[in-house]
Amino acid sequence: MDDNAILSATGITKIFPGAKALDGVNFSLRRGEVHALLGENGAGKSTLIKCLTGAYRRDGGTVTLDGEPIDPKNPLCAQALGIGTVYQEVNLLPNLSVAENLFLGRQPRRFGLIRSSAMKENARALLAKYGLDINVSASLDSYSVAVQQVIAIARAVDLSGKVLILDEPTASLDAREVEMLFAIVRDLKAKGLGIIFITHFLEQVYTLSDRITVLRNGRLVATRETATLPRQELVTLMLGHELQELSKSSHRKSEQLSEPRYRFENYGKAGTIKPFDLLVHRGEVVGIAGLLGSGRTETAELLFGLKAPDSGSKATIDGSVVSVNSPRAAIARRFGFCPEDRKVDGIVGDLSIRENIALALQARQGWWKPVSRTQQNALADQYIKALDIRTTDREKSIRLLSGGNQQKAILARWLATNPEFLILDEPTRGIDVGAHGEIIRLIENLCADGMSLLVISSELDELVTYSSRVLVLRDRQHVAELSDEEITTTHIINAIAARPSQPERSQVA
Amino acid sequence: MSQRYLPLLATLAIFIIAYIASTFQFPPMFSTRVIGNLLTDNAFLGIAAVGMTFVILSGGIDLSIGSVIAFTSIFLAMILATTSIHPLLAFAIVLVMTTAFGALMGAIIHYLDMPAFIVTLAGMFLARGLAFVVSIDSIPIKHPFYETLQDWYLRLPGGGRFTLIGAAMIVTFLVCIVIAHRTRFGANVYALGGGVATAKLMGVDVARTTIAIYAVSGLLAGLSGIVYSIYTSAGYSLATVGVELDAIAAVVIGGTLLSGGVGFVAGTFIGIAIQGLIQTYITFDGTLSSWWTKILIGILLFSFVAMQKGILLFSKDRSQKAG
Repeated sequence: MDDNAILSATGITKIFPGAKALDGVNFSLRRGEVHALLGENGAGKSTLIKCLTGAYRRDGGTVTLDGEPIDPKNPLCAQALGIGTVYQEVNLLPNLSVAENLFLGRQPRRFGLIRSSAMKENARALLAKYGLDINVSASLDSYSVAVQQVIAIARAVDLSGKVLILDEPTASLDAREVEMLFAIVRDLKAKGLGIIFITHFLEQVYTLSDRITVLRNGRLVATRETATLPRQELVTLMLGHELQELSKSSHRKSEQLSEPRYRFENYGKAGTIKPFDLLVHRGEVVGIAGLLGSGRTETAELLFGLKAPDSGSKATIDGSVVSVNSPRAAIARRFGFCPEDRKVDGIVGDLSIRENIALALQARQGWWKPVSRTQQNALADQYIKALDIRTTDREKSIRLLSGGNQQKAILARWLATNPEFLILDEPTRGIDVGAHGEIIRLIENLCADGMSLLVISSELDELVTYSSRVLVLRDRQHVAELSDEEITTTHIINAIAARPSQPERSQVA
Repeated sequence: MSQRYLPLLATLAIFIIAYIASTFQFPPMFSTRVIGNLLTDNAFLGIAAVGMTFVILSGGIDLSIGSVIAFTSIFLAMILATTSIHPLLAFAIVLVMTTAFGALMGAIIHYLDMPAFIVTLAGMFLARGLAFVVSIDSIPIKHPFYETLQDWYLRLPGGGRFTLIGAAMIVTFLVCIVIAHRTRFGANVYALGGGVATAKLMGVDVARTTIAIYAVSGLLAGLSGIVYSIYTSAGYSLATVGVELDAIAAVVIGGTLLSGGVGFVAGTFIGIAIQGLIQTYITFDGTLSSWWTKILIGILLFSFVAMQKGILLFSKDRSQKAG
């Protein structure tokens, strides 16, 4: 392996009940390099980091630090060995002072009492190395996230000093703050630290990193020098396409469609997603593509009213202006939404399949008009049959079903309300290949029945198959719209990877 | 000036204004006699409230202290009435018991991951029940050493008495202020209040700190029970019902956030002083029912929580505008 490696991991395997989260991943980090770790949701980035820092015990593989094999039992152990981590959510205590945060547990003492003046002096000296001159007796939460981030880095480096892991440190920073952070990272790099950098912003990867490792579905895809890896190729590596030219065989052409049924104009929310325009026709599937963190889910949540849109946003249905400021309002307009993480936002694990299916219908009817048991039974049976949900009976707890069947049950929940506009966020995530095909067939059938669908997916060939138009998102804005013959995996990847036109991009977050 | 001091300053301002206003109405209220009595009468509550301050700063709650105080007093009365051991030895025995009791509750809260509210509620019933097991009657304490303790006081200029138990409260406050702000244990208490998961990631020994916090609360409840027995010269298992709630009120009025992490031991002293001031005022007035104390404390408590919420909202609003 690499002679200059400070940290190297070989054959890391981590098995969760029912899933192999990491499968023999190799990773090496050199002294004085910034190594970007990339991959979509579920690729195994955070699992790998947790295995390196001891938050998880690995099930296989070896980790060596400075040539010595290590096996940290928890993040504190790893820190003592020399591996420090800074998370996106600053892991410091907001109610303590800056100095206390830096020296918690190792305060200078005399006769058992903390010497607070010495502690403050040390804190000032430590932060001065990072070009930070602030009042260290003030509480941490009186400073911006960027400053807190620097304080967290200062603490981590001071405690560990060999390897620094930055887990999406820039997600909530503005461009100027990102610059400040990068200057600090470059400085640490020059001092010989190995830095692992996780982010969703490709721009930042190219600005800062020396090498890139891409993970997908728990496997190592590639480790490459940043300088010699073109963007298109990187996106391809992340999304997993051998650039096989898939394009529409398709049936529907967008211009054959009638007047748009749903019209969202200047729709946006400051700090979440830039205003965009979106038209959806009856019987049409509009696909949304983009990398994780590009604003896909935010778009869906905004349309469903989970986040209220800013003023100036205008929604019209069949020509009449409506306001969709809450999920209740959305449901009343016959919207449906299957969220991305069904375990968190979708299923109620301990309730039965029947109860999970009846949930949205009941919510729409209001609590005073219960959906009768016979009606619930009929509904559940109907959808178990129609969607081919594999279960022994409708009273089984939904958490006992496989991922694909859970997904179908959630779809059934929304279909039971007879929606006219259905938003699906990653409907095929984490389900097996067979179920995959069924969900896609289902989407096409619903569309043929005249329903309007908006589907978010990382599976580009899937989007190509069923969408009549594809919107591409990057850095929280809609950057391209492809229709008809333009819809090919290559075009989508090019749109995602395109270098943003210059002045537009001062806003990184 | 950090806004962390705002609640404390508000409490202090209210106390000073209320005290000045009362002395305008009843000039004798400004005397060492009144101040001395205020310290003596609230000594046991003050000591217990210091323990409660640590617990609340860490984000917990301890509902058992009223019962522990009663248990301590009846246990002392019983042991002094039926055996010939010296009160100092009896004090040591009971302090070990109450400290162990607190530590046990802390261990259950941490290791079984149970809410402090439930565990200490159970502790409250248990300690009260044990007190009844010792005796259901009020037992007088007639020991010469107790009389010595009761007779010891400093005469203040103006005729006031600075009694031993008043001094015990002041010393407890001073020691605990140092512990809270100048020791690693104190820093860890604040750290737990800021977020247990984060504190753990930053290397705080959560188990040890949690157990120590409830042990300190138990120890101070025991000390409070000793002071109470000296104050009343008796032990009674029905005594000090609801004192834990008075202590919580003093802590919150003293500017400590009930959610933990923010506050000062010194603030609790002012919280106690405000409660004592209201009682004194009502005594001086003579026409008001003593239940007005509760009503005023209720109003104060509510306005303090509302004020803290307001400060929180205000600061969030401001930081959003700034950032």
